[in-house]
Amino acid sequence: MAAWLVRRVAASIAIVLAVVTLTFVLVHLAPGTPFLPPPETPADPAVTARLRAQFHLDEPIPVQYIAYLGQLARGNLGLSFALRRPVADALAEAVPNTLLLAGAALLLDFLLGLALGVYQALRVHRLPDIILGNATLFIYSFPTFWLGLILVLVFGEWLRWFPVAGVGDPVLCPAADSLRCVIDRLWHLTLPALTLGLVGAAGTARFQRAAMLEVAGQDYIRTARAKGARERRVVLRHQLRNALLSFITRFGLAFPFLLTGAVLIETIFAWPGMGRLATDAILRRDYPVVTAAALLASTLVVLGNLLADVLLAVADPRLRVPAHA
Amino acid sequence: MTLPTWLALLVALALAGAAARAVRRRFFRHPTATWGVGILAFFAIVAVAAPLVAPFDPREQLDIIRLKNQPPSWTYMLGTDVYSRDLWSRVVFGARVSLVVGGLGTLVAVTLGATVGAVAGYYRRWADAVLMRGVDVGLALPRIFVLLMAIALWDRLSLPVLVLTIGLTSWFGTSRLVRAEVLSLRERDFVAAARALGAGPARVILRHVLPNAAAPIIVSATLGIGNVLLLEAGLSFLGIGVAPPTASWGSMIADGAPTLATAPWTTLFPGLAIALVVMALNAVGDGLRDALDPRREDT
Repeated sequence: MAAWLVRRVAASIAIVLAVVTLTFVLVHLAPGTPFLPPPETPADPAVTARLRAQFHLDEPIPVQYIAYLGQLARGNLGLSFALRRPVADALAEAVPNTLLLAGAALLLDFLLGLALGVYQALRVHRLPDIILGNATLFIYSFPTFWLGLILVLVFGEWLRWFPVAGVGDPVLCPAADSLRCVIDRLWHLTLPALTLGLVGAAGTARFQRAAMLEVAGQDYIRTARAKGARERRVVLRHQLRNALLSFITRFGLAFPFLLTGAVLIETIFAWPGMGRLATDAILRRDYPVVTAAALLASTLVVLGNLLADVLLAVADPRLRVPAHA
Repeated sequence: MTLPTWLALLVALALAGAAARAVRRRFFRHPTATWGVGILAFFAIVAVAAPLVAPFDPREQLDIIRLKNQPPSWTYMLGTDVYSRDLWSRVVFGARVSLVVGGLGTLVAVTLGATVGAVAGYYRRWADAVLMRGVDVGLALPRIFVLLMAIALWDRLSLPVLVLTIGLTSWFGTSRLVRAEVLSLRERDFVAAARALGAGPARVILRHVLPNAAAPIIVSATLGIGNVLLLEAGLSFLGIGVAPPTASWGSMIADGAPTLATAPWTTLFPGLAIALVVMALNAVGDGLRDALDPRREDT
């Protein structure tokens, strides 16, 4: 297990490094350069040249790449061109917002999705299952940004129950430091989290229903029934526990969603998170921010896979044996 | 309201009905799959016959003063948008963009994924190791960021390049799936027989191995079209997908968003079109999976 874990971690680091390299090459190859003055306010070429030299943009790309890796190894993500401050600071501001939004969405996704999927499996081919099956199929097919707009229309414009932009009231609650302001944050969180969570929950419900039904046909379920276990015990202890194994993989795959799943929703709800930071950075040719965002996102992908594999090994004794997976 | 619109609807319904009646095989035991076929048929007919079905030119601003954001009526079936363009005509022409991008993008992705997966699974050893480590990296790439970079940095991409870019970033999952299938298929007797008869690797892969892996590939392709379609809509919504004034469902939603409260139909209908097509694709994909894979009975 230990050797397996070491190998997996090493492979994960290699993958992240490859993603960083690819991103680095891609942004530097693209036409257009940072510090190009807008056409309406032409700047002195000497100023532009000095700025480019200051950020070592006048050096060959391989030299820049080596220098970047050197900085990265020391934990330094560099300076943002556009924001004129350390990339780490900008990330430290944006990441918690995205984690809050995507975390709340995933929570709703998994809790509601699991509950619906299990419920449907228990009522399979009966009316509740058919109604929920069609509803989840429909909602699962929504473009999230469109559902976001519909929710804004209904709950923001017509009913006026929830605010439709920002993480909190900028005047009354600039920081979540009192109970009232924490409630204000949650109030602002409702619509964007609901948007992402509902579409996700529909997918999870469909997945979980299928997983439950697949397990239902297994011999050990028949054995459990045959030995006289009560239906409730069969479903919860035998069927659900085994169906949760495939859910763990889904959980691992959903991990990167914490960072990248919210890009469109952050645009709609003016949510100052990673998606908007990265999008702005790409449009402004802010190389260090773009590379750092790719670094974070790919780290979450490999972390999610790793976590799912470890959790599976813990949950499923059959998987503990192979040392060379 | 135009006659061809009703005709398209009728033909689609008839197709779905006929299919459900005539073919009593596994696929159409899925009630939703039958509906999916009908919905897809409707949008396919509408897309092909767009000039006949659309009562107006989708780009024409009919009367920017008096016909802006008109609610649905007999003349303007789904209303007009903020530039006084007929929404139904734009939805009709948008179907072309969405179906073409979804279909071709998936074709690129599946072709690439099947090739890489088949080569990795058939040759194993270093080819497998190299290709699959590459796929690992591809799966770890934040796709939305990569697409944003490609599209935003290289300015606006033409439609073929957009399709290619989406296809090139969407094949990693398929290649894993195909590799797994090929790994088990290559050990089967009929592959050994083909090889014994002197068939070269290319022939064995194309004629013997891949056709037997067709079922999961077709299913994942069907579901993939919906994903690509949603991706294109998202990019167009951000204003970096299909260039205006070409009608695309994603950019139509973006056009409608600022007047969401006063003219909700401009946002509602294009999104509904996306949801319907993606739902139909998912339903058909489910039906195909159950029909093609006898092991997955009735889920």
